[in-house]
Amino acid sequence: MPMTLAEKILAAHCGRQEVAAGEFVEADVDLVLANDITAPLAIKEFRRIGVPAVFNRERIALVCDHFTPNKDIASAIQCQEVRRFAREQGIVHFYDVGRVGIEHALLPEQGLVLPGDLVVGADSHTCTYGALGAFATGMGSTDIAVAMATGKVWLLVPESALFRFEGQLRRWVTGKDLILHIIGDIGVDGALYQAMEFTGGTVAQLSMDSRFTMANMAIEAGAKAGLFAPDERTREYVVPRARRPYRLLESDPGARYVQVKEYRAEDIPLLVARPHLPSNVAPAQSLSEIPIDQVVIGSCTNGRLEDLRVAAQLLRGRKVHPYVRCIVIPATQAIYLQAVREGLVDIFVEAGAAVSTPTCGPCLGGHMGVLAPGERAVSTTNRNFVGRMGDRTSEVYLAGPAVAAASAVLGRIATPEELC
Amino acid sequence: MLLRGRVWKFGANVDTDAIIPARYLNTSEPQALARHCMEDLDPGFAQKVRPGDIIVAGANFGCGSSREHAPVAIKAAGIACVIASSFARIFFRNAINIGLPILICPEAAQAIAQGDEVEVDLVSGSIRDLTSGVSFQAQRYPEFMLRIIEAGGLVEKVRKDLSARGAIG
Repeated sequence: MPMTLAEKILAAHCGRQEVAAGEFVEADVDLVLANDITAPLAIKEFRRIGVPAVFNRERIALVCDHFTPNKDIASAIQCQEVRRFAREQGIVHFYDVGRVGIEHALLPEQGLVLPGDLVVGADSHTCTYGALGAFATGMGSTDIAVAMATGKVWLLVPESALFRFEGQLRRWVTGKDLILHIIGDIGVDGALYQAMEFTGGTVAQLSMDSRFTMANMAIEAGAKAGLFAPDERTREYVVPRARRPYRLLESDPGARYVQVKEYRAEDIPLLVARPHLPSNVAPAQSLSEIPIDQVVIGSCTNGRLEDLRVAAQLLRGRKVHPYVRCIVIPATQAIYLQAVREGLVDIFVEAGAAVSTPTCGPCLGGHMGVLAPGERAVSTTNRNFVGRMGDRTSEVYLAGPAVAAASAVLGRIATPEELC
Repeated sequence: MLLRGRVWKFGANVDTDAIIPARYLNTSEPQALARHCMEDLDPGFAQKVRPGDIIVAGANFGCGSSREHAPVAIKAAGIACVIASSFARIFFRNAINIGLPILICPEAAQAIAQGDEVEVDLVSGSIRDLTSGVSFQAQRYPEFMLRIIEAGGLVEKVRKDLSARGAIG
């Protein structure tokens, strides 16, 4: 029977020739992930299971990226628990301040996630790795504790949904706009429990950074995973990083999809998701009357080099609006260093932006840019729920880096065309 | 197992930031989390709720983050059970894993009103709105998930499996 990419990866991880959507399977995982918020709870549950050691100390990544550098004593204690556990268990891939990056940018960059992998993480944006042609999905701390102990997880094989883009992208439009377009179309539960698969001529032209952005937000449509079949671009990314074998898989012709959506790239403008759902999408151009207080450029969604380059291109020789705080957060140390070398950081600082060490901080209202009552932010992050970035009366408008940078300059929601 | 409680009604897409805002995630202590349960949607919810109360909500309950702190906060706040039209998948797993009873029933989610007195039979999945007198039937759990529920949560099930294989004492 023809299988989808998601089914093929899951079959390969439970020693079967075939699996089909709707089956429960127990599968072997390639990598298990937790961060400083979810790991403490996972460690507690791991202790309750009663095994003395993790299943494989090289196949667990513990990443202290959320409330780091620690914002208060309570969060410092959480990192301390993770650090102690990592040392006790000899966890090879433990990342602490100074080496840490935002987990979903860091792990692919370090070659820890590869095509064909099955990855589970105690973070909903674990689905980011689908950009590499891996099946990656978020779970809670208890599931992750069991995976750390046994190397296995139970999964319901998901139905797959196909999203095809054809045609030429408009200027400044990136993966963020494509995924917002999909979520605006199908809604925040439009792919509930499904594996989203992105394909088509437009997608083939997309950078890896844009693909990571799209896979990252699959969860915002309720999906279990968001996948791209690996191609030449994937290989270019993976070959210099991989230190173990991997599998380049793709869906069979005739594989079954519960929904198929076709889009023309030319029809998709720069988009913004208004408060308080990622599906509340409108053209950026239609929102130009809305004044803002803060801009955040960063996160596991849009903190990669491509994003920083776009933002720098627009901020070069310009100033952040006097009423706006603009916070730029390179997602990893390697991205940060490259941004320094390319002169991007000079541009940000000269424009009047704050440049931070890698952290998830402001995206979830943790630290490094929390919003006051009634304040409004344009953010390249992934969620705009009530209270997401601060006070419950604050508002988050989600956008790509081009709209974020243009908005920072003009002090209101804006498009790059208004600057150029 | 029979539950009986007063209903707190919420709409669709109740997200995990609404259930427990991330600013409180510098701890995983259940009682500390419970104090802020639903805070941004209904300030004072945690103070108003009585042990045994029931949440009834629309589609996609628990969407957003993977934080297990969300079902932990609801359970520690004293909520006996959540009935919704549908659940976001990570929240669904988390609730099953930590032993927060959840039921999928679009008809009940629509018809039951704020403040109604509701009786739920977790074994059969039958839901009775004692205020309106109307009964509903929730979806059955797949066999595989029933085994986790019957074991009392995922850790308990895994402990049982590992013990049977002699992997733990």
